[in-house]
Amino acid sequence: MSLVLDSVSKTFPLAGRQVSVLDRISFTLETGRFLALLGSSGSGKSTLLRLVAGLERPSGGSLELDGAPIRGPGPDRGMVFQNYSLYPWLSAAANVAFALELRGFSRSEIRERTAFYLEVVGLADAARRLPRELSGGMQQRIAIARALAAEPRLLLLDEPFGALDLQIREAMQEFLHSLWRRTGLSVLLITHDVDEALLLAERVHLLSPRPGRIVESLEVDLDKQDLRSLRLSSSFQTLRHAVAESLRRLDPELG
Amino acid sequence: MAAGTPAPNSRLPAAARHPWILGALGLLALLGLWALVAGLGVVDGLFLPTPAAVWAAGVEEASSGQLWSDISASVLRVLAGFGLSALVALPLGIAMGASVTICRLLEPLLALLRYMPAPAFIPLLIIYFGLGELPKVLLIFIGTLFFNTLMIMDAVKFVPRQLLETTLTLGGSQRDLLLRVITPCIAPQVLDAFRINMAAAWNLVIVAELVAAESGLGKRISLAQRFLRTDQIFLGLIVIGLVGLLIDLSFRALMKRSCAWAS
Repeated sequence: MSLVLDSVSKTFPLAGRQVSVLDRISFTLETGRFLALLGSSGSGKSTLLRLVAGLERPSGGSLELDGAPIRGPGPDRGMVFQNYSLYPWLSAAANVAFALELRGFSRSEIRERTAFYLEVVGLADAARRLPRELSGGMQQRIAIARALAAEPRLLLLDEPFGALDLQIREAMQEFLHSLWRRTGLSVLLITHDVDEALLLAERVHLLSPRPGRIVESLEVDLDKQDLRSLRLSSSFQTLRHAVAESLRRLDPELG
Repeated sequence: MAAGTPAPNSRLPAAARHPWILGALGLLALLGLWALVAGLGVVDGLFLPTPAAVWAAGVEEASSGQLWSDISASVLRVLAGFGLSALVALPLGIAMGASVTICRLLEPLLALLRYMPAPAFIPLLIIYFGLGELPKVLLIFIGTLFFNTLMIMDAVKFVPRQLLETTLTLGGSQRDLLLRVITPCIAPQVLDAFRINMAAAWNLVIVAELVAAESGLGKRISLAQRFLRTDQIFLGLIVIGLVGLLIDLSFRALMKRSCAWAS
């Protein structure tokens, strides 16, 4: 898997003129890597993810997945939205099975794989429950299981834990990190949460707001064996402080 | 349903807390008042029959079979007219909700037609189709089509965009969007729209039968008027109300069974 963005720009019409949202974004993402795009609101980061998902078209530049230009949405790029976006009329298991049905698996294969992916996210017990009967964290794990069931080459996460309470968010970050280590997924994460970007990603691109532009890139060189103790370590705190400062300086509104 | 009812009042005596008890009390009070006023003879019996007289009229019509044939005549007209309306409204409403072009093309037209009272079409329908079943079925069709269509259109417009986008990123086709996402997603609102508009259909069938019909509950009332049989008019009104209520409750039950996720 190789995702290549070359000088991608996006403008939107607003009140009769074109407003630039993304300005010449270029980066690559290779198999098994975890990349985070970190930016405050107005940095166009969600738009960028929607471009990669194929839900929107760029105004300029090119997006390629394994050498082929991205022309629309497809199961090779799994997307997880902030508000879970589960089908409310389907049980947790049926939500996961939905992705498999679209891929045309046989009944027995669907049953097996659904059980497998529910197991992967640790929710085998919740199989028969409706989304509204699940907590936010559980809903998001089902949404991840559903995205994984489509066996995407690349997993796109749009502020996936932004709607969760702090404690649950931290637990979910640890869950996602171990999932990534276990499965060797390629992940593109969009977030405004400095901790989240540094804890999870190997590489972080900082986006400036209005228009979104990559202003700084860093390799996160931290020992991620134990995220919980890493959060408290001084090396992590120093780094997060520095990155938060950079982010602050980028946004004139924050001074 | 729960959303529409106020919170149960904890100050109510325990015996009155069941949601139906107060409603039954209200009904009984009205019945008691009616029996009292009619029994005291303050109003001429010709204008206000006693509950017993209405009951007797009911027993008589039920045993002669008249009541059942009237009910079935009216209900069948409603089912035919409303069924036709639902059959057209479903694809039309979905198309308007899903496509901006179709919506812009048809919405002004529907908005205009919606404000033409359906009973005003009766003279035309009689000129075109005579006095048989067809004009009555068409009246119900015309009277409910636009409301059904617009309410279904709204339901489609409110399908969360992210559900559609999620489906596309999972590899779903346009056909999957329509059949596997939009259709189940709007089912509760569609059933509710049908339940609400069924009341209009039920009104229209009575209107049509009052104007010209050989059978039906409306016809029975207008005949009773001719012979000053107020007991039969009262009976007719009560039966019309009860059948309408029954239809409403059936829709609620259907919704509870098939769309439990939305309650």
